[in-house]
Amino acid sequence: MDGRLFPFFPRPALPQPKVTDVIWYIGRRLLQMIPVFLGATLIVYLMAFVSSGDPIAAIAGDKPISPAVADKLRAQYNLDKPVLIQWLIYLGNLFQGDFGIGFNGRPIIDQIKAAFPVTFRLAIIAVVIESVFGVVAGVISGLKKGTLIDTTLLMVSLLVIAVPTFVIGFIAQFVLGVQLGVAPVNVGRDPSWQNLLVPGAVLGAVSFAYVLRLTRTSIAEVATADHVRTATAKGLSRGGVVSKHILRNSLIPVVTFIGADLGALMGGAIVTEGIFNISGIGSLLFRAIIDGESPMIVSVVTLLVIIFLVANLIVDLLYAVLDPRIRYAK
Amino acid sequence: MRSEPVTRSVRPAATHFVAPLDETPLQAVDAVDTTSAPRSMWAEAGRNLVRNPVFLISAALIVVILFVAAFPGLLTGQDPNYGDISKANQPPSSEHPFGTTRQGYDVLARVLYGTRTSVMVGFFTMILATLIGGVLGALAGYVGGVFDAILSRVTDIFFAIPLILGAIVIANRVESMNVPMVILVLGVFGWTNVARIMRGSVISVKNQDFVTASTALGANSVTNLVKHVVPNAIAPVIVTATVNLGVYIVAEATLSFLGVGLPASSVSWGGDISDARPALRTQPMMLFYPSMALAITVLSFIMLGDAVRDALDPKARKR
Repeated sequence: MDGRLFPFFPRPALPQPKVTDVIWYIGRRLLQMIPVFLGATLIVYLMAFVSSGDPIAAIAGDKPISPAVADKLRAQYNLDKPVLIQWLIYLGNLFQGDFGIGFNGRPIIDQIKAAFPVTFRLAIIAVVIESVFGVVAGVISGLKKGTLIDTTLLMVSLLVIAVPTFVIGFIAQFVLGVQLGVAPVNVGRDPSWQNLLVPGAVLGAVSFAYVLRLTRTSIAEVATADHVRTATAKGLSRGGVVSKHILRNSLIPVVTFIGADLGALMGGAIVTEGIFNISGIGSLLFRAIIDGESPMIVSVVTLLVIIFLVANLIVDLLYAVLDPRIRYAK
Repeated sequence: MRSEPVTRSVRPAATHFVAPLDETPLQAVDAVDTTSAPRSMWAEAGRNLVRNPVFLISAALIVVILFVAAFPGLLTGQDPNYGDISKANQPPSSEHPFGTTRQGYDVLARVLYGTRTSVMVGFFTMILATLIGGVLGALAGYVGGVFDAILSRVTDIFFAIPLILGAIVIANRVESMNVPMVILVLGVFGWTNVARIMRGSVISVKNQDFVTASTALGANSVTNLVKHVVPNAIAPVIVTATVNLGVYIVAEATLSFLGVGLPASSVSWGGDISDARPALRTQPMMLFYPSMALAITVLSFIMLGDAVRDALDPKARKR
């Protein structure tokens, strides 16, 4: 006996996603990424190079430079060619794994390699904090809509959104770092996970508030759906109803937000890394922007765009896990 | 002979009122009672709004903020750009109710005049971004096909570059930053979520029966789009635009904080917060006042957006 009332009636087989369909879908999405990737790099390239004054003057700094050296440098960075050609040369090199040489003479890829793990850790901490705390608080808030705890959580989320990240950062640094001494004031080079905990929380704070609000709205909507009443009526425990029937169905908008947020977090690291003096992608990028180091700006932003696109693809693939009704059309 | 029914004597005859035929002309029956006609979506939303305390609070705050932005000089006699170094770091007094900064600027005047900068940046960036995003999104959704695919990819391209990141790269290149420049920079990168929402909303509206009916009555596609599709698709865009206004204000403050936004000579909360940072240990209130003003302003617009969304959403109404 398999517990069914009519074992002789074959259970209608749930259509399983075909592996080939998923592969087709990923392939199609990767194709769609190509124009977005090219367009984003072109825009950043135009922004960084065309509107800039003279990058050679930026290299030279305050000291004047002889025209011969300037011409040689221009040829070295392909600055003597039209912008579109420059961009194509840049792309060609990029596909061969060559990001170019930074203004300080070190290969850009080496500098990114040194800074990336730090920012990646920071972003992971931020994402974990915003998803765990955001979803838990959102579920509590959504299930107890209209109660005191819901109102309190909602007010906290509004406050976190309204106060800019850099103010939250200052206050966290001042209170936790300077006054209480429980967290490092300056994180510096090669930080441990522990040292990045407070900066990560600051980075994820605004997103935490958005995750909370999204989860709350979504939970409150699903909680009154028919299938939830059915699940309760057939005797499922409250925990079972919440985890299996409410949460899973209401997570899709939340997961979409978190996926799109990963790219924004890496960009937002500019502010957080500046406050806590973390030598990651954000401070690398900000220094490059201020110095007018265009190749570095383009490389870092390109990397961020790739991360953003891949994170969004992963999110779209997660949809099918959350909602088996979603199918990937060929 | 006919026998009377027994009940007749027990129960008095029921008296039915039958209206005389000539008193109910058909016109009276057919006439539409205009006093109880179904209200439009916006009228209904307006009725819900004025009952919502969140709306009343945020609207009152916004009126105050707009008043301060328009007439900051009415509330303080001090010049925000006059720094008297001999009166630096003063505690609150009757002359300087919030004290003075390290350079001897009056904090209250800085906070009040900073309102104008933030409100102008937020409001005009919102208009610019909503125009760009609204037009592109509506066209993409309504025209569809290859046109939609191209516009959607363009939106994706700008969406992939975070607002702050794109704004910093351009802002750093601009020689003389001023308020219109900040608005332009933020608008260029801030329109993508409006475009996405407008597109989705237009797609869901354009296949509804009233649009088909309008086409059947001979309306061309431009009339359809402008008169029927957009007015019915714009509600979620208005909600997003209201919340975005707060986001742009924070973005402007972040740019000024990073030193690539408005120059030090202009009055901006972001710049003031940045200036207050070194004195955090000794004068935390220098950081507190502009931060608080910024937070209240952003909060008001987010709350207004929330209230408008709740009022427009029939599901949220039945609570």
